[in-house]
Amino acid sequence: MAQMNLLHAINNALDIAMAENDRTVCFGEDVGHFGGVFRATSGLQDKYGKTRCFNTPLVEQGIIGFANGLAAQGSVAIAEIQFADYIFPAFDQIVNESAKFRYRSGNEFDVGKLTIRTPYGGGIAGGLYHSQSPEAYFAHTPGLKVVVPRNPYQAKGLLLASIRDDNPVVFFEPKRLYRASVGEVPEEDYQLPLGKAEVVQEGSDITLLAWGAQMEINEKAAELAANDGISCEIVDLRTILPWDIETVCQSVMKTGRLLVSQEAPLTAGFASEIAATVQSECFLHLESPIARVCGLDTPYPLALEKEYISDHLKVYEAIKASVNY
Amino acid sequence: MTTEKSPEIPSELYEKGPVVHQPVFIDGSSVDIPELKILHQDGTIYPDADMPEIDEAHAIKIYKTLAFHRVLDERMVASQRQGRLSFYMAALGEEAASVGGAAGLKPQDMIMTQYREQGALMYRGFSLENFMNQLFSNEKDLGKGRQMPIHYGSKELNYLTVSSPLGTQIPQATGYAYGQKVQGLDAVTICYFGEGAASEGDFHAGLNMAAVQEAPVIFFCRNNGYAISTPADEQFKGNGIASRGVGYGIKTIRVDGNDILAVLKATQIARAYALKENAPVLIEAMSYRLGAHSTSDDPSGYRTREEEEKWQANDPILRMKNWILAQGWWDEEQDNTLFEGLREEVLAAVKVSEKIDKPHIDTLITDVYDEPTSQLKAQLDEVKAHVNKYPEAYPFTAGKF
Repeated sequence: MAQMNLLHAINNALDIAMAENDRTVCFGEDVGHFGGVFRATSGLQDKYGKTRCFNTPLVEQGIIGFANGLAAQGSVAIAEIQFADYIFPAFDQIVNESAKFRYRSGNEFDVGKLTIRTPYGGGIAGGLYHSQSPEAYFAHTPGLKVVVPRNPYQAKGLLLASIRDDNPVVFFEPKRLYRASVGEVPEEDYQLPLGKAEVVQEGSDITLLAWGAQMEINEKAAELAANDGISCEIVDLRTILPWDIETVCQSVMKTGRLLVSQEAPLTAGFASEIAATVQSECFLHLESPIARVCGLDTPYPLALEKEYISDHLKVYEAIKASVNY
Repeated sequence: MTTEKSPEIPSELYEKGPVVHQPVFIDGSSVDIPELKILHQDGTIYPDADMPEIDEAHAIKIYKTLAFHRVLDERMVASQRQGRLSFYMAALGEEAASVGGAAGLKPQDMIMTQYREQGALMYRGFSLENFMNQLFSNEKDLGKGRQMPIHYGSKELNYLTVSSPLGTQIPQATGYAYGQKVQGLDAVTICYFGEGAASEGDFHAGLNMAAVQEAPVIFFCRNNGYAISTPADEQFKGNGIASRGVGYGIKTIRVDGNDILAVLKATQIARAYALKENAPVLIEAMSYRLGAHSTSDDPSGYRTREEEEKWQANDPILRMKNWILAQGWWDEEQDNTLFEGLREEVLAAVKVSEKIDKPHIDTLITDVYDEPTSQLKAQLDEVKAHVNKYPEAYPFTAGKF
């Protein structure tokens, strides 16, 4: 075991993936010698050469179009989009191409060897174009897998699983935690399962569900609630698409209450999808309405970021409201 | 105006031209773009022309492909008019571009197309049955009946399945070719698109990345004058598409797209260059879409009969026929037999394929992922129960699972 921050864990996973297969290629804006603006690909060009780890021109639709072709050819394509806020020029290539490659060809061709890494989320004073959480757009697209890790251990295991999974994966990295989150990470190869949620802490009064950076918000809120004698079950969804309905519903049937928190705006966020499914699957077990604690339905602010975000105090209040309903 | 060469500060940021001290604009007229022509319409060769590598067997294979293309298009447009087929896209008058391109490649080269390049797939040997099964979206379609007619694809023949969004294949071709290069394969990727699709952002993305990332890809623009109803002069102001290649630092060649020998020659030299130099090439083939964009539009609403007549005189298939007749490799009797035989074969194939069952209901959820998820399985079960309840409303699948 070694102490790693989330960036080191990502870098370590990429290193393992490149070492095990000489057809693995990493690329994106500033990804080469510089190692990416967050340094996630640091040292990879020196180790594996310019052909396998390189800078691309500033053209997100080109990066993903290129990645689709490369993956269809049989290479393992790991593309970086510098910020999730800038993934939208590539939306067509992801939604109409990556996601539908296998289906539309009757499995003649696929881009299962594609992984798109991109930093997402707020809390870094990034304003509206360096803070967004666009996972719900991609969750609405059959054919994609959407994965979000909460800490370094999860990041390494889930990224290796995403790279090796035979489907295109959009891997959202919580950039607020890149250096802030440090933990024990095995140096050897391991994988964590996609499509599986994890019960991080057992409890009996309410289920708190989140993913990525929002997990530590829920954990903090659960500590506050514990002081009030409320027992929270904390669940990390980990994979947004396809999501683990079974684990979530089992937890809700046990606790009778569900709170979902997300950084993204409330309306049509993934929390809404979860709420719809859970009310249909667990209707007679619910003791209070499903609570969603989310960002406001506004662009991500700058000066008023603290007021905007679904922080631990907002989650704490929502826990009490749910339990005392 | 005085000019001098050699400024004092060397720069790696751009190639220096002459220095001037009075402002001057440059424009497209600074670049003259030659157009390669080898074959006259009457079948004679331009006297100083560099011939492509071609022998009798190769020429006859190309000609038979062109004939098959013409007949299939005619018959399928007619089938659509009879209501047997939902949709079709013919390539009347520009068949030499797709067939000639494919004929200049090797079987291991990847072909990525827009949608009007069925000629390349025919050249690769896609069977008449495979064409028909795709067109009728039946259970034998390689694409499992999921895409509209003409969205062909074949892994075995290295022909990427067509996708409707325009231009998306262009950066993909760059990535595919890059993978071929990394593996050191004796293979390139050819990427077809129209002059209209070249307005998409993916065109810029794909060409610029191919130049920078040094990918052995042949970009093949079929400039046929129209994007549905929009003529090329409402699509761009520059000198065709070839002028853009220069801006990306890509070796570029313009050819007469109705001259099969010019197309073949350009593709052969492009392949050799791309492979040897690990660099892209842009070919612009000048042609004209004599037919409609698809069976869903009527060109008489946006262009004149006189304009079409000018191009009818440039028929690429007749031009090739004139050449092989002159070579003594072909005669009129063979020609009649070929076309008549093809018409009968196509007609017979329509009658078979249109009667084949639609794909099984289980294919609703396959190939979304490598394995269907539990959610998808549950959704399929719900659909099946519903179909069983109202079988008369779902005749394709009721009673078949």
